[in-house]
Amino acid sequence: MVSASPVSGTHVAPSAARESLRMQPRSRFATWRSSDHVRLVLIWLVLLAVPFAAPNAYVVSLANLALINLILIASLNLLMGFGGQISLGQAGFFGLGAYASGILNVKWGVGAWLGLPAAALIAGAAAFVIGVPTLRLRGHYLSMATLGWNAILVVFFNQFVSLTGGPNGLLGVKPFAFFGIALDTEPRAFPVVWLASLLVMLTILNLLHSRIGRALRAVATNELGADAIGINSFGIKLLCFTLSAAMAGIAGSLYVHVNQYASPDTFGISVSILLIVMVALGGSGTYWGPCLGALIYTAVPQLLLNYEDAELMLFGLGMLVVLIVFPGGLAGVPDALRRRFAPGWSR
Amino acid sequence: MQISAVVLQLLVAGIGTGSIYALIALGFNVVFKSTGAMNFAQGEWVVMGGMISAALFASASSVGLACLLAVILVAIFGLLSERLVIWPLRRPTALMITLVSIGLAICTRSFVMLTLGKKPVGYPGFSGEATVSLGGATFQAQTLWVVGLTLAFLVVMHFFFERTMLGKALRAAAADREAAAIVGVKVETTILISFGIAAFAGALAGAIITPLTLASYDQGAMFGFKGFSAAMLGGIGSLPGAVVGGLVLGLLEVFGSFYISSDFKDAIAFAILLLILFVRPSGLLGRPDIVKV
Repeated sequence: MVSASPVSGTHVAPSAARESLRMQPRSRFATWRSSDHVRLVLIWLVLLAVPFAAPNAYVVSLANLALINLILIASLNLLMGFGGQISLGQAGFFGLGAYASGILNVKWGVGAWLGLPAAALIAGAAAFVIGVPTLRLRGHYLSMATLGWNAILVVFFNQFVSLTGGPNGLLGVKPFAFFGIALDTEPRAFPVVWLASLLVMLTILNLLHSRIGRALRAVATNELGADAIGINSFGIKLLCFTLSAAMAGIAGSLYVHVNQYASPDTFGISVSILLIVMVALGGSGTYWGPCLGALIYTAVPQLLLNYEDAELMLFGLGMLVVLIVFPGGLAGVPDALRRRFAPGWSR
Repeated sequence: MQISAVVLQLLVAGIGTGSIYALIALGFNVVFKSTGAMNFAQGEWVVMGGMISAALFASASSVGLACLLAVILVAIFGLLSERLVIWPLRRPTALMITLVSIGLAICTRSFVMLTLGKKPVGYPGFSGEATVSLGGATFQAQTLWVVGLTLAFLVVMHFFFERTMLGKALRAAAADREAAAIVGVKVETTILISFGIAAFAGALAGAIITPLTLASYDQGAMFGFKGFSAAMLGGIGSLPGAVVGGLVLGLLEVFGSFYISSDFKDAIAFAILLLILFVRPSGLLGRPDIVKV
């Protein structure tokens, strides 16, 4: 990420060491941080042009979906890539947020702007309750518990017909409104999704560079070691899991108010599993990996639509090839290529 | 029907369903033991077993022969899968194998769909459509075949792991890879074998349950999750645990759907499963991990 630090680079030729000293900013963390911040804001500013540049509403709807998927994948990456905990229930929290916000709106007339924080709160609270007994232990317990949790949620989405609409889905959800203007088309809803995804990405970036983020990575690397230097591993894992679920809840609320509809199929365990795969394909534990993952997750099914029956096979084969050839995910490809073709010039 | 007859009926149905879950969980556990990974392709092999049996039955005359051939074919498919997607991995960590198995599951499902079709298929039971009456309860003879064949397979597996050289090598590699390698066990081969056994167990489950439930290409994920749940209920990685977990899950589902609600049977089963996990995180028969620092 940064040029070799003078401390660890003592074996480097003196001129190179001086060079790196001269290049060394006041705090190496500060530059990394600010450059990621600048990049994030620049990319999102460019994205702002999407509704104007897009040829039709369909493309904007894909952009909305991609940004919602990004929130899901980035929040899962926070938990899985940086925290080392695997949740098989991310789609469940997504669905919980969607149904919570949607039902509040349809049954009790609660507006979308209130539904959004409510969805985050409900999904986060549910994660907290699941996390307390399972995160005390190391190992597979979180993945098992979240798998069961997601299965239970899907049953409830399907069977509580009076509340959720059952297999037909939840209909009649009102869109976001801005000073009395209903944001009921995809281009109109885009700014809301754009802003929410930017805020989530900023939160994750700031979190990763905070004391909590460093503690999280320490826990992921060696939990016992982290405990030994005074980190409350359980607390950190619980916070991270709760935050990740709350973000998925936000994604759910956005989804239901933008599409004005939710169906149980969108929130099944298979979706949870695919989200994990997307984290890995993008680059697990890298900040920008989820952007690639979200692009793949949104675009590839659209590209494969023409192949009908072969779609699933092509998707699976592509996934296998990427995983086997680039175990670090697509975000690691430039580095891998550089190491291969210019071994001396590794950063 | 008398209460006792109803309970008996449910008991038999639960043990039948539970046997299927036990077989899937066993396959799941064998791979978990040798790789530390959750194998998401396990459920697809179940469906493959059922679908290939049906395809073979169309041209063969005997159900038993068709099923036997199908199970062997799927086991070979499992071995091939390992060589094609697990073996080439440069860093075969548990997480990597888990992720790759998801890709494998997707490919397997679409392979089954493309070659064997999308329509649900079935075939008669091993004793035709015969039913058995016992103490006022009536059930299909195939249910007895399911329980019997599962039992036979479990006995063979027990013998394999306890008495044969290969089985012991597998256990050794699962216990400690490096130590096993030092005494001459080819650890990579044990992963291959475990995939073969897992595919065999899954396909057997599929071949014997299809006469009762029909098989369709898209059921794999459901079978996989049930098997996974049974495995964790019993204690992940434990072979007796797979049996206990499978039976408990099967009974929970059947009794839950009869006495409480059939719409919520999955939710009931999973809720109890979560409760058990919270109380006994290592499963009913699993031993807690003790980490020495």
